[in-house]
Amino acid sequence: MKEIYLDNSATTPLYPEVITLMNRVQELTFGNPSAMHEKGIAAEKLINAARRQVAHVLGVSGQEVVFTSGGTEANNLAICGGARRNRKRGNHLITTVFEHPSVLNCFRYLEREGFKVSYLPVNRSGLIDLEMLQYEITLATTLVSIMHVNNEIGTVLPLAAIGQVIKAKNPRTLFHVDAVQSFAKLPLDPERWQADLISCSSHKIHGPKGAGCLWIRKGTQLDPLFHGGGQEMGMRSGTENTTAIAGFGLAAQLSGSAQSDQAATMVALKNAFIKEIEKQGIAFSINGPNPENAAPQILSLAFSGFKAELLLHSLEEKNIYVSAGSACHSRHSKPSHVLKAIGLQDDLLNSSLRFSFSALNSLEDVTLAAHKTAETIRHLKTLINQ
Amino acid sequence: MSTILVRYGEIALKGRNRGQFEQQLQRNLKGALHDLEATITRHHGRFSVHCPDAALQQATMRLRRIFGLVSFSPVYETALDIEAIKEAAAGIVKELPAGNKTFKIMARRSNKEFPYNSPELNQILGAHLLQCYPDLTVKLDDPSFILEVEIGYQNTYLCLERIPGPGGLPVGCSGRALLLLSGGIDSPAAGWLAMKRGLSFEAVHFHSFPFTSKRSQEKAVDLCRKLMLYGHNIPLHQISVTKIQEALRKNCPEDLGVILLRRMMLRLAEKLCELRKLKVLVTGENLGQVASQTLDSIDVISKATRMLILRPLISFDKLEITAIAEKIDTYETSILPYEDCCTLFVPASPVTKPKLAIIERYEQNLDLDFLLEEALETLETQIIK
Repeated sequence: MKEIYLDNSATTPLYPEVITLMNRVQELTFGNPSAMHEKGIAAEKLINAARRQVAHVLGVSGQEVVFTSGGTEANNLAICGGARRNRKRGNHLITTVFEHPSVLNCFRYLEREGFKVSYLPVNRSGLIDLEMLQYEITLATTLVSIMHVNNEIGTVLPLAAIGQVIKAKNPRTLFHVDAVQSFAKLPLDPERWQADLISCSSHKIHGPKGAGCLWIRKGTQLDPLFHGGGQEMGMRSGTENTTAIAGFGLAAQLSGSAQSDQAATMVALKNAFIKEIEKQGIAFSINGPNPENAAPQILSLAFSGFKAELLLHSLEEKNIYVSAGSACHSRHSKPSHVLKAIGLQDDLLNSSLRFSFSALNSLEDVTLAAHKTAETIRHLKTLINQ
Repeated sequence: MSTILVRYGEIALKGRNRGQFEQQLQRNLKGALHDLEATITRHHGRFSVHCPDAALQQATMRLRRIFGLVSFSPVYETALDIEAIKEAAAGIVKELPAGNKTFKIMARRSNKEFPYNSPELNQILGAHLLQCYPDLTVKLDDPSFILEVEIGYQNTYLCLERIPGPGGLPVGCSGRALLLLSGGIDSPAAGWLAMKRGLSFEAVHFHSFPFTSKRSQEKAVDLCRKLMLYGHNIPLHQISVTKIQEALRKNCPEDLGVILLRRMMLRLAEKLCELRKLKVLVTGENLGQVASQTLDSIDVISKATRMLILRPLISFDKLEITAIAEKIDTYETSILPYEDCCTLFVPASPVTKPKLAIIERYEQNLDLDFLLEEALETLETQIIK
């Protein structure tokens, strides 16, 4: 049976070109990028090329991109590094309640270090109240972290408006954007957002795991997390993972240059999926924003009365891979904090699946997956409602 | 080379079977130490293990888990010669950390041809140590160290400590069982207790993918990996009961589901035993913990098979079971929150006093043979080693 992978917000399969490149780099460019001889220079060149590729997608200058081990590290560096560096100016931080755990748990940790954190609530669509944001910002607010696209429900936050509110109230407050779910999937505009820090990840855009980056606006000061040989402009010590970074660069280039086409493809896939499930007459509701306003790749659906794990494994049996809640914490069997934050009732909370698409999925497969989802639900219905 | 002297207790009492028990123990020792370049020699009521010095630590760790061992000691070997023994004793004491001021000698003469008997040896060696180290004193009650001297047939062994073994009987000497391994806290503990009394086992895990996660199947594998350390490679059988659960769901009242499913599991286990030539079932059942484990439930469930079922945990408290699970390092794995076989289908109020007649009437509505055949077709076996 053919495999249909619809868990692309958890991670994506690699582009074949990326695999080929990485194999070559692994074999030939093993030098330490910091070494003075040509072996080192060859590796350094690859890393700087990747830096330019990533910067190009972000629409920024290459010198400001720091490679990390992934999105989690980029978020940690931005939030912990920014908060600690600016502690003399203030100890107040702001974020939202429905950020990724790699953001939320940084803030929880900083609270233990004595920082005060405001967690902004979100409405049913996952949007924050800009007036509340404005009210929360004070002279003591040193950093605000808000995601671009929510990884579970696909809300796209109005970052330009948010940045405007932040900078109008306190120009010195750093604005961090977790763009892991939007990088190379939506147009990014750090200037218009007035962002200072942006986190991106490689493995969500058909690149390898173990690579990501933090864009740091020129002049922004952070405390590094790692101390050592001073690689990556002193922001990230440790010998660079040349292979993964080169793969990340190529993936960024391939995804970035096709961004608008890929987005259109994913929107078409998502719409086809919804249409097919509707056609099958299955009762469901969409969590979060209206699909038209949501990120192209993410669709969160609730199937009232069916436990999410049960649906997930039943689809797995048919070689269809999706996630319940968000993959990063669905193993803990705790209801998703995102779905809770948008006010979902318990019943729907535990019956929600996330389907996430990529441009590598075919329309045929996605329609088939929707068809099989409906079939699964009909089968389970005969077992559950008797 | 290092030498470890291994002592076993209970099996020394077993009359005519003794040889068999000793052979089994020797096989188990060999299996446990197979990759350490160790040689095992059988003496009169003892084994000695020789291994390279570098492997001593590892060997000691593994011996702690070999059932049938009462205790063991890393020993110094020397000749059957009183002067050599005196010298070895003095040498051992010299290596002791400062502060060990009081001692006693415990000599044991297995080899009666040795010219000195045990009390004489105690005296000779005690006097020698006092002469070599004037600041030592003899103290028979709670000394700071005890030097044991064992006169064997080829060699003399001297040692300072006895490391307790786990006791019990050598795994394999009591026969072969099938362990019903659910993935919870209880069944691995039951398996361990069965091993302790000399049973070797194969394990069966019933899963109901897609109603349960594939990770819960991996959990069964992980649990076998832990249990394996106490005995032998474990053949793990996995059988899907999904189709059975669906059939029960469609044809039987919800509150009888658990009882009916357990009866089906026993029938499958029985068939597996026939296939694998296993004599007895071992379960983690424990009186009165949950609805399916009331006396009435256990009774009705076990009537599905004529096989002997051992329930080593029957009278244990939850805390006692948890203590075993922690000791054998299965607890952390067991509490991982993957849905196990029953949690998705557990009715709100399961029957606690099922009636066999009623259960059997519902079973008549089912094509039992077909369901069992269908489930057995999903059998997958892997050897955990």
